[in-house]
Amino acid sequence: MRLKVLHKTHYTYDAPVPYGLQQVRLRPKSRPGQLVEDWQIDVVGGQVEVSFEDEHANSVDLVSFAPGQTEIEITCSGTVDVEDNSGIVGHQGGYVPLWLFRRSTALTKAGPRIRALVNDAPTEGSDLDRLHALSAQILAAVPYSTDQAASDLSAEDVMDAAHGVCQDHAHVFITAARALGYPARYVSGYLMMDDRVDQDASHAWAEAHVENLGWVGFDISNGISPDARYVRVATGLDYRDAAPISGLRYGNAGEDMSVTLQVQQQ
Amino acid sequence: MAKKPTYFDEMFGHGTDARAPYADYCDWFLNEDTRRLLAKSEEAEALFRLIGVTFNVYGDPDATERLIPFDLVPRIIAAREWAKVAKGIEQRVRAINAFLHDIYHRQEIVRAGRLPAEMIARNDAFLPEMIGVTPPGDIYTHIVGTDLVRTGDDEFFVLEDNARTPSGVSYMLENRETMLHMFPELFSKIKVQSVNQYPRSLRKSLSGCAPDACSGRPTLAVLTPGIHNSAYYEHAFLADQMSAELVEGHDLRVVDGRVAMRTTRGYKPIDVLYRRVDDEYLDPLNFNPDSMLGVPGIMDVYRAGGITIANAPGTGIADDKAIYSYMPDIVEFYTGEKAILKNVPTHRCSEPEALKYVLDNLADLVVKEVHGSGGYGMLVGPAASKKEIADFRTKLEATPDNYIAQPTLALSTVPILTDAGLAPRHVDLRPFVLVSPDRIDITPGGLTRVALTEGSLVVNSSQGGGTKDTWILEE
Amino acid sequence: MLGKTAGGLFWMFRYLERAENTARMIDAGLRISLTRSSAAESEWTSILSSTGLSAAYKAAHGAPDGPKVIDFLLRDPNNPGSILTGIEAARMNARVVRTALTREVWEAVNECYMVLKRLLAQQIEDRDLPRVLQVIRQRSAFVRGALHGTMVRNDIFNFARIGTFYERADNTARILDQKYYILLPSVRLVGSPSDNVQWDTILRATSTTRAYQTLHDGDVDPKAIAQFLILDGRLPRSLAFCYSKIGDNLGYLEKEYGAHQPSHALVDSVCAKFKAHDMNAIFDYGLHEFITDFLRDSAALGRQIEIDYRFSE
Repeated sequence: MRLKVLHKTHYTYDAPVPYGLQQVRLRPKSRPGQLVEDWQIDVVGGQVEVSFEDEHANSVDLVSFAPGQTEIEITCSGTVDVEDNSGIVGHQGGYVPLWLFRRSTALTKAGPRIRALVNDAPTEGSDLDRLHALSAQILAAVPYSTDQAASDLSAEDVMDAAHGVCQDHAHVFITAARALGYPARYVSGYLMMDDRVDQDASHAWAEAHVENLGWVGFDISNGISPDARYVRVATGLDYRDAAPISGLRYGNAGEDMSVTLQVQQQ
Repeated sequence: MAKKPTYFDEMFGHGTDARAPYADYCDWFLNEDTRRLLAKSEEAEALFRLIGVTFNVYGDPDATERLIPFDLVPRIIAAREWAKVAKGIEQRVRAINAFLHDIYHRQEIVRAGRLPAEMIARNDAFLPEMIGVTPPGDIYTHIVGTDLVRTGDDEFFVLEDNARTPSGVSYMLENRETMLHMFPELFSKIKVQSVNQYPRSLRKSLSGCAPDACSGRPTLAVLTPGIHNSAYYEHAFLADQMSAELVEGHDLRVVDGRVAMRTTRGYKPIDVLYRRVDDEYLDPLNFNPDSMLGVPGIMDVYRAGGITIANAPGTGIADDKAIYSYMPDIVEFYTGEKAILKNVPTHRCSEPEALKYVLDNLADLVVKEVHGSGGYGMLVGPAASKKEIADFRTKLEATPDNYIAQPTLALSTVPILTDAGLAPRHVDLRPFVLVSPDRIDITPGGLTRVALTEGSLVVNSSQGGGTKDTWILEE
Repeated sequence: MLGKTAGGLFWMFRYLERAENTARMIDAGLRISLTRSSAAESEWTSILSSTGLSAAYKAAHGAPDGPKVIDFLLRDPNNPGSILTGIEAARMNARVVRTALTREVWEAVNECYMVLKRLLAQQIEDRDLPRVLQVIRQRSAFVRGALHGTMVRNDIFNFARIGTFYERADNTARILDQKYYILLPSVRLVGSPSDNVQWDTILRATSTTRAYQTLHDGDVDPKAIAQFLILDGRLPRSLAFCYSKIGDNLGYLEKEYGAHQPSHALVDSVCAKFKAHDMNAIFDYGLHEFITDFLRDSAALGRQIEIDYRFSE
């Protein structure tokens, strides 16, 4: 499926920002099942200082604010051709050892609630069956709701809140999958929802590493494995590794962010 | 002149006659008036204070600046003895760099089954941000301080490989300056290999690792946490001696794809940064966000090839105490040769049999915490009370993986000058090694640290340690 | 050179100069309290005002009292304007810029600090005060001597000099600001008894008594004193002299860096005022107004130098 993406992130500040940096992980890469035909990032109110590949082979752009700026806008646009591989991404490439994906992070540390969830998970069946069951189990325990108090909840906190968005689902899944012994990682990307062009936000899901198959994706919020409507952009141990934009700025200016995102089939 | 020591004394061996390297010095010493020498000692101290070779104690604004005591009896090592040590250090440092490259790439040593993956996986010093990063010149640790102890005529052991940010080189240089100043006649009588080329070699060595982004003569800078850091004097000293700028985090920012320093004429890009700030504080954008000492985005520029950071982030994995016990294998794996320098036999408490042995012999062993770089959470069995041993036993049983244990070594002694004349004290040695793409440069000698308290084995300056000038004789 | 280093040099020499000036003022105050005790309290008040420390002193000690003021100005660790904290600040800045200093300059500053810290560890008795003040002046002179004798004449030297002259001019101006009324022509016109002690104090506080007498054949005259301290290009503490030196040093920087900065224009305009006015013109304009203008220009110059040479971000 050929998907056209237009993604604008617009920040406004209530006072000039003397200095700031944004780490941008918004460049999807061509890989088996995903062909990036064209892609570009435009920055207004800042400039790209350097671009590099991080340890997860994500393409990263470091953007600096133009001094004294009160607005900065990062626009990504491009076309990506995606195949439906039933969520199978394939074997681990690069230098990152698989054990790294068993590590817990601040956002994916298993506590009593996650452990209880894991205890209830089925022990029978194939790896894929078990992981799909886990995904369903999480959606039941944590129904989808955008009515979330905080954006950076840990998996354990999400269980506590008992509702969440795709990011929260992914964190719970990753934490639980690791507890079950599967290397697991966070994926940020785009999803074309069938009934609309304007999407509310970029999407997030999870991948678990299954013997013989390699990485397999699970979109917990939608209860499926990613298909040809999903553009994989960045991966990592959790949201912080794969966040589309994360930054740091000097001064005390308050920040307001708005996102417009269009994903449509061509 | 001295009692027969139970330990190997570098001046007198196990006897009462001076060993060959000390013969000329002892001749000289016998003709000296001890009172004159003691007066010289005070002169040296006043000089250090004036120059400002002092260190601050963190968190105590009222504490006076302290001096590390200097003992004016040199430690003397023959050229032949040194040559073997230097060869061993070179081999080890070469292996450490190869190890670091491997650990951040394919981890062949783990695949080959020579090092358990958990040694890396559970180690905080392993920096995922370095995975796949090959620094300019493929050098990870540019500046190494290999801590050695001696137990006999020909017995040297490596105690620790300081591969992150070894300190103390300024003391090595100032000690020599002071000795030259106070006893010029000794140096005309005894031919000692010089150390004062170190800053030039450091400059050359760092310049040799400039990144591709560098055009022309590389711009160097030394990154210090600031004037309140205990090693500030050394940072300023090295910057000064290398003609490099001494910068703090707030002097730097990312400008046009480079890390640049704010000068009176605008921002100027830095090619090689000799940083004396720990990994965790190096970059608030990528590591500890609360750090005020680092440079936001420096890791991004580094990964994009815009700057050389010396030593590279993540080198701490190589000097971790748990990894240390594998060092003989590491040396063999990467160099294809047996390690020239010995490791202190090390019991890994993560292994049940070793743990049992350690628990049974706590009173005779030194137990150290892994994932750290020294001094904390340590038990020196022979010096500990019954209660301390019992308390430590509880800690050890709870988390055995966190500890290693070593026998207490019979550290050699070298005499110091006391009011009553010469008296033996235990010493260690930290030679300083520079690694550049074309060579490994080891300054002859290094910093000798001496435990000034009689019988003490602790040479740390925070616990009553002092320093000595270290002489490697010419052939 | 790092912007921070330029700032550190500027401030190091400002602090040294300030400490030395404070020592001079204590000397002048001491003199008055010995010779005319009735005038002592107002003199201490005036000294506290010129050093900008009235409020801090009042909060800590209340009414000005000789020994307390002296101790406050000499060694109070809680007084940011005391000589001891000033020397400490100078040394701290010297540590920051250590790589820019010769070993001799560093050692002179460090020794100055070590000597004064020892000397000022206890309250100073009256009889020891002249000696202590002399040591302070002398130690400060050692630093200056090492600077002149060992430092390369480049931007490092220029920032050190700019700091010295900036602080010195500021200090002379503050003393004048406190005492301008006794220098006004009207004082003489109304035929009040010529207040020689007050005039003498001004000269003493600026260490210019001897220089003044040599150049004026001992004829003490308020107009001549004002002229001397403001316009006389021969006196190293006059406003005109200090500003011409700041101008020279900024000129060297302009040459070395190849950039004309806004601070250069500010100094030029102040220097132009000194050239365009004689003392009569200044009195016509108003001495107080003239000094007030100068202090305002001085503050603006300090800010501008900091921006032009990127002392901080």
